[in-house]
Amino acid sequence: MEKLISASLIGLSQGAIFALMALALVLVFRSTRVVNFAQAGQAMVSTYIGWEVVTRTENYWIALPAAALAGALLAAIIETFLMRPLAKRASHGAIAPVASIIASLGVLGVLHSGAAMIWTTEQKLFESPVSVNGIEIGSTVYPFSQADMLIISTVVIVMLTFAFFFQRTSLGLSLRAAAFQPEISRLAGVRVDRVRTIGWALSGAAGAVVGVLVTPGNYLSPFSLDILLVYGFVAAVIGGLESPQGAALGGLILGMSLSFTSIYVSSGLTFIVPFIVLLLILLVKPKGIFGGGSSRNA
Amino acid sequence: MHSTHRRRLILFIVVGAVLFYFSSRVGILRLYQGSTVSMYVIAIGSIILLTGYSGQISLGNGAFMAIGAYVAVLSQLYLDLPFFLTFFVAVLGAALAGLVLGIAAARLTGPYLAGATLALAVALPSIANLFPVLGGEQGLGYDSGNAPSLFGEVARFKWLFWISSLAALITCLLLQNILKSRYGRAWKSIRSNSVAAELTGINAAKSKVLAFVLSAGIAGLAGAVLTMSLGTVSPSAFPLSLSFALITGAVIAGISSLLPGSLVGAVVLVGMSQLVGALTTRFEIGDVLAQNLKELIVSALLILAVVFTPNGPGEKIREMRDHRKHHSHGGHR
Amino acid sequence: MSLVVRNLSVDHGAIRAINNLSFIVEKRRLTAVIGANGAGKSTLLRTLSGLIPATEGKATWGEHNLLKGKAEQHVRNGVSHVSEGKSVIPELTVEENLDLGALWRRNKKEADATKKYVLELFPRLGERLKQRGDTLSGGERQMLAIGRALMSKPQLLLLDEPSLGLAPLVVEQIFQTIRDIANSSDLTVLLVEQNAMGALKIADIGVVLNLGNIVAIGPSADLIADPAIRAAYLGY
Repeated sequence: MEKLISASLIGLSQGAIFALMALALVLVFRSTRVVNFAQAGQAMVSTYIGWEVVTRTENYWIALPAAALAGALLAAIIETFLMRPLAKRASHGAIAPVASIIASLGVLGVLHSGAAMIWTTEQKLFESPVSVNGIEIGSTVYPFSQADMLIISTVVIVMLTFAFFFQRTSLGLSLRAAAFQPEISRLAGVRVDRVRTIGWALSGAAGAVVGVLVTPGNYLSPFSLDILLVYGFVAAVIGGLESPQGAALGGLILGMSLSFTSIYVSSGLTFIVPFIVLLLILLVKPKGIFGGGSSRNA
Repeated sequence: MHSTHRRRLILFIVVGAVLFYFSSRVGILRLYQGSTVSMYVIAIGSIILLTGYSGQISLGNGAFMAIGAYVAVLSQLYLDLPFFLTFFVAVLGAALAGLVLGIAAARLTGPYLAGATLALAVALPSIANLFPVLGGEQGLGYDSGNAPSLFGEVARFKWLFWISSLAALITCLLLQNILKSRYGRAWKSIRSNSVAAELTGINAAKSKVLAFVLSAGIAGLAGAVLTMSLGTVSPSAFPLSLSFALITGAVIAGISSLLPGSLVGAVVLVGMSQLVGALTTRFEIGDVLAQNLKELIVSALLILAVVFTPNGPGEKIREMRDHRKHHSHGGHR
Repeated sequence: MSLVVRNLSVDHGAIRAINNLSFIVEKRRLTAVIGANGAGKSTLLRTLSGLIPATEGKATWGEHNLLKGKAEQHVRNGVSHVSEGKSVIPELTVEENLDLGALWRRNKKEADATKKYVLELFPRLGERLKQRGDTLSGGERQMLAIGRALMSKPQLLLLDEPSLGLAPLVVEQIFQTIRDIANSSDLTVLLVEQNAMGALKIADIGVVLNLGNIVAIGPSADLIADPAIRAAYLGY
């Protein structure tokens, strides 16, 4: 029983992180058909900005929005100055179907090495504003802390904000329309290029929030968030890669599978689980749970 | 058809003879770099086959290299195979792994395949820690043997260079023949229009799996060659950045150019290390900068290449020539 | 204000889709462009609305150069384009599709008034505001597409094959609506149609295109009466 509760709680907290990372990937994919493998690097750089803020101000609550802002800015720059021209330049030949993936790998490499030059590869500590110790109920200590609660509630708030923004605001409507049918959106007067940049910026902010949430309790290094890219991608694919709700559910499913295998089977499996879950999903339900698209040839 | 095959074979034998001649005229550093270039030529060739011809992308060819490397080492350790046979087993082992993933991934393209192979590349090193037989972080040793006695006393680095450059030559010869065969044409036609290709009777799914399996096998060979020159295998020899470096090498000279593309890419990757080393000592760059300068340059090069010469400098030059022709014609009108 | 097209040529790669086209559409006129498949009709509209670049020539709407700037800018200059194949976004609701056309408008009061006008024009859409676009019938979708274009309060409306794939009765209804819109508002309409007879019947002016060239232009009644046009384009 204790094991079950522990596994569920850890799964929930991890799932929230994966879900937000998946959302970041989904936001970019549905607006520009790019799987942004640089997402982990962008989140990492934004988290370093957050770390700089937190070491200067000693205030986590300033660091969080500062990092989100940095993440948004970085993403908007990458979209405007790299991805948009790339879509026009590499539109034919053998490279065309994979050009954006390759470019995002290049960005990841630049961010990795750039961050290592600026902040070194030494591990940085990022203090949590709340306790990272397990909660004690009765005589048992559960591996679930106030920091985990902070993660879950922040992710829920961010997700609800996004949902409100997309469903209830004009800009949200423009974003959805441009994602589904860019040409018709243009004809309706939507400035599609600008809207795409905003989509990237939102994604960058979401990724930054992931970094600032997950780093306390762990540590920060130029590579410390890379693994989240894989988890986020798997979660996004479970949800169909285009649906924000799918991303949330995918994150939860992956978080639970990971925590249950590591508690009931072996903790050495954590790196292999996402790979197996991904293969299973792609074999059984290749369009994902929420996938509505007609093919995976995007 | 047969005469081109023969001509190609003769060309490769000549190149091999030239390399053999020079191997006794250069120093240890050049021999070591030559081995590394050969290893990269093989590994980049695996990407060019997969991405440049069949239009798929793998971020995990470093993982297939690791599989090949471990298979080679294990077959030497437990089956006592002579080292050249371990290479064959390495190719088979990696190809088999490629078959398993390839079948699962047959319906996937672009981002999905990239993600699946990325997950593989991330998952693989931890498998080495999971099974004690693989030696964990420390890895396992590999005995690369000595030259046959008929060559007399051969220095270790010269021997390593012989083997790796021979492996690279054979790989290029085979790849060249495959890419120019009907399989190569089938891959190209699937890449440009899979529906039309299916109508002409090409089984797109099977062709793609075949490309994936071949690519994995070739990567496995590169892994075995790498292990031979290191004399050991461990997870740290196959970081994610290796897979990325291979893609950079393949893109720089045009993703569909096996030769000279793979050679140019390999030389750039190896030359970059030396260049960065030289820069570091010349300008007394601090350690932190120096350690990351290579990755920064390689990544920046990848971005610049994909933006400015997306299909290689060759195409760019052709384009500019056509452009000029077009303009001068326009002037006459 | 009038639509002036001068020596317009458009290439699709090596193929010339539109060749040296010149015509004028006077304000408040309904002009029908007819011709067979591949005559360059859609290309013409897509060029005028800024979706594809022209190779040579000029095209202006009043003081606005239609060959410069993006499609989203053209909308702001009073040019709305209903592209081929019921251009609605199936994943959005009917109301969202309509609102989309007026998102750029600063004056929300005026936008609301336009919405009221559109819903009066197409009461069926009013009953289905919360339904997704893909639940509509073909005719309703075409109404929604036109309604979305009207939400931008255009002065020049470009319609690409509104009758495509619709039942004959529905086609008649759509054509009648288009005529009504042209009559009742301060609107210039350029209608591209394969259903040549239906289009010419409601149009003031007809333009006949063949392989990117104009073969005939004139009052639509004259075109209908012309035996050569009848034989080649109207099927009797």
